[in-house]
Amino acid sequence: MFTRCLSGFFLTFVSMSDTILLNGNQIQLTIERLSREVIESINFQNSVIIGVQPRGVLLAEKIHQKIFDLTGQSIPFGKIDTTFHRDDFRRGKSLNAKVTEIDFHIEEKNVLLIDDVLYTGRTIRAAMDALLSFGRPLKVELLVLIDRRFNRELPIQPDFVGNIVDTIEKVDVEVRWAANATEKNEVVFIPLKGNR
Amino acid sequence: MSQLSSKHVIGIEHLTVDDIQLILQTATQFKEIINRPIKKVPTLRDITIANLFFENSTRTRISFELAQKRLSADIINFSSSSSSVKKGETLLDTVNNILSMKVDMIVMRHASPGAAHYLSERIDAHIVNAGDGTHEHPTQALLDAYSMQEKIGDLNGKKIAILGDIMHSRVALSNIFCLKKLGADVTLCGPSTLIPKHIEKLGVHVSHNIDETLQWCDVANVLRIQLERQNTKYFPSLREYALYFGVNRQRLEKLDKEIVIMHPGPINRGVEITSDVADSEHSIILDQVENGVAIRMAVMYLLANK
Repeated sequence: MFTRCLSGFFLTFVSMSDTILLNGNQIQLTIERLSREVIESINFQNSVIIGVQPRGVLLAEKIHQKIFDLTGQSIPFGKIDTTFHRDDFRRGKSLNAKVTEIDFHIEEKNVLLIDDVLYTGRTIRAAMDALLSFGRPLKVELLVLIDRRFNRELPIQPDFVGNIVDTIEKVDVEVRWAANATEKNEVVFIPLKGNR
Repeated sequence: MSQLSSKHVIGIEHLTVDDIQLILQTATQFKEIINRPIKKVPTLRDITIANLFFENSTRTRISFELAQKRLSADIINFSSSSSSVKKGETLLDTVNNILSMKVDMIVMRHASPGAAHYLSERIDAHIVNAGDGTHEHPTQALLDAYSMQEKIGDLNGKKIAILGDIMHSRVALSNIFCLKKLGADVTLCGPSTLIPKHIEKLGVHVSHNIDETLQWCDVANVLRIQLERQNTKYFPSLREYALYFGVNRQRLEKLDKEIVIMHPGPINRGVEITSDVADSEHSIILDQVENGVAIRMAVMYLLANK
């Protein structure tokens, strides 16, 4: 259904049903790798982590916790909702806004934005727009678990990438986080019916 | 559920419980936005809204205007005193002329009950009722409910009193519909001349004893005596009204419980409420004003997506 090409790179061919791309253990390893990459490059005194609502927050919490476990240092952590900054208002997208919670100054800070899947880039554009309502950060970097790099509609690229996925047909890539002990973390392909 | 069931917000009577909950939830997110360093979102930047105020207003008008600006909408302000209404133009003609300039939403206050409903049946744009005579003032009821929830939590089973001039108050009627839909227990209290007959049929209790009502309730929403709408004498004097129905410090000190005091404004200080109560720690009057902007942002945001 898909082949592993290079380390962390996937190429999809035909997938007629939900296909698991990463299982729980692989996600755990990726999170650990990403956390180490972040630790390697960030300045702890001047950095903040902000998860993009709704699903990026779950990944951001895990990375934030992992960085704390590995270094004993806690970076300020916030959540940002993009609903009111999206460019697809009145184009049938959901109206339900989630909580935005940034209890610290981002002025002159290095902001690490975290989302689960980077696809068209529109959510990240909206997130950066929303972020600027809180001040002018020194630098904004982007961390994603999955980068669907051939589907971009805006010139936005991630700085930290878990896995790159090159989809050649209309499929959705979804990160499913376990809500309880009986569920599993996994990244799956879901074939879409009709055109997007 | 992420959309309102109606294209207009004419009154609480026609909103569903889900609609009310959706507006209150959305307002929470907008309240966070109006407390940011940059209090503006680009959501409604391609929407034009006309504010038609055929009746005087300070709070509601400023609140709507601010809400529209925070949402980046384009706005037109209109007041009847400086317009062709004075030359005899009808409401429908005035509105149709404004709409032909490509306006998407109308926020209207009018002295005639039913004016907003009348328009909604004849024009295409979204209508938000900002008060129609003695009928309804839906955004006030929503912001009151929001402010109560913020203070005492879920309103289901909570005891809310509405005090004063129920007869002439659109706030009272919208509050009754809203609070009943959210499951609250509502008592109206005031002189019998200011409480409409058969109002119990809306599922509320009626009392004429203010001390008993204050002792019973968790929240008291004190209404203004609307002298401008009273063409006959409903009580002997303002002084006598204040003595029997005014909320004052002595009355609150007699209570053996916490109470929240609200007032939709403008306040007649010393009549329905004294300054030492209006400015006390029990009062959430200024919170109501802040929440008003968030509620109106939520209403217009949700309508614009219909």
